[in-house]
Amino acid sequence: MLRLENIVVKGVLEIDALTLEENIISIEGQSGSGKSTILRLLNNLDTPTSGTIYFHDKDIMKIDSLQLRKQIVMLPQSAVLFDGTIRDNLLIGLTYSGQEQATDEELEKILADLWVHKKLDTSVHDLSGGEQQRMALARILLLKEAEVYLLDEPSSDLDDRTTDHVLDTFFSQAKERNQQIIMVTHDTSVSRKFADTVINMDKYSKQIKNGDE
Amino acid sequence: MEDNALDFTLWQVGLAYIFLLIVLLIVHLKKIPRKKFLIISSLRMTLQLIIVGYVLVYVLDNPNPFITSGIILIMLTFAIFNVYQRTKPTIKLDLKKMIALAMLIGVSINLIYFMFVILQLDPWYDPQYFIPVSGMIIGKTMTGVSLGVNNLLTGMKDKKDQVEGALMLGASPKIAAKSIVNDAFDEAMLPTMNAMIGMGIVFLPGMMTGQIIAGQSPLVAVKYQLSVMLGVLGTVAVTVLIFLHLAYKIFFNERQQFLLTKRDLPKEKQPVRYD
Repeated sequence: MLRLENIVVKGVLEIDALTLEENIISIEGQSGSGKSTILRLLNNLDTPTSGTIYFHDKDIMKIDSLQLRKQIVMLPQSAVLFDGTIRDNLLIGLTYSGQEQATDEELEKILADLWVHKKLDTSVHDLSGGEQQRMALARILLLKEAEVYLLDEPSSDLDDRTTDHVLDTFFSQAKERNQQIIMVTHDTSVSRKFADTVINMDKYSKQIKNGDE
Repeated sequence: MEDNALDFTLWQVGLAYIFLLIVLLIVHLKKIPRKKFLIISSLRMTLQLIIVGYVLVYVLDNPNPFITSGIILIMLTFAIFNVYQRTKPTIKLDLKKMIALAMLIGVSINLIYFMFVILQLDPWYDPQYFIPVSGMIIGKTMTGVSLGVNNLLTGMKDKKDQVEGALMLGASPKIAAKSIVNDAFDEAMLPTMNAMIGMGIVFLPGMMTGQIIAGQSPLVAVKYQLSVMLGVLGTVAVTVLIFLHLAYKIFFNERQQFLLTKRDLPKEKQPVRYD
């Protein structure tokens, strides 16, 4: 689905050719290897110094950015909270991407699936770090029109047991809808358990290469 | 012009400088390092007011559309540069242009409405009304725009994760920046609204006080004050709104990418890596 050709981010990474076609892809690498950078490029939050990224064989520079981000949705490393309740925060993704609003039952079910046991009227600021991360995962899981999810360290605030359950639930639901997952993680057990393929960024990283030389 | 105000001699004015001497003495005794600043500010105030007094005497005695317009332009130019100076950190040229454009458009539209429709001056350039009323409106607008600029910059910096988070969820830059733009507008309007709330009870506004001292009926002074305050409210709102709607866009590029870290905010460099 996604293909990178001759991508250069000056001083950060160089990728001659990389095709991202498996269902669940895990990106690993040392700190500073450009793991998050690659997700940002795929979400069109940053533009590479040179090179082309293709989505369905079309240069993403030729796709309307807003349209692209409705198809390729990114979850940042720290959960982004918008002032308001859990309900407001879950619905805001649907509003922004112009998708049909969900009912309270749907919202409650998705929260329960991801082990957020709080009322919809709870202020997001009353959630723990782990609950915020799960709420953010629930918010993007509601976006049924997305084709690709870019997850930046989706389990950084979760314990092992919760990580297993939450990611398993998220990936199962995404798989049912034929949605692809590209995640950055430092947790190799997550990669081993869930990923169809693992990409190590160290070999593409200018930073790491330079450091090694 | 009314001529029944109580005039007083230069000696009497000189006696007012006793206040300055008292403050200087306090500052000296308490060893507060403000003596030099106090002397400079008092000298500047004295000099500036004497000059402006003579200029106004000439201008009021010789009404002329070019002189009136010229003075308004000078006031507006000073106000624009004042906004630049009050903005921390130093801002780039594109933002400066937007401040200037917004102030030029916002102030012009509102002044034209105020002078031609509300006051209906005859002749339209009557400096006795045009200059002081414009001065008040431009001054308050300057404060409002300064607050708008500073709050926009701070908001973009403090809420950069939220802005980018909204973009990731498919929001347009306009929607992603909406809460920051609204907050900046609100902050810019607050001083004007606070002034309206306290007016007449907590304090008597300067214009009204001036008119009453000059012998005008307090009821006439109230009419002027009400219209001028509403004019200020409208001008601040329109100018800040024009500025914010022009300015939020420069934080994004044509690819709808957030450029905050590529701009000139303090201690923020272009994001090359994120991990």
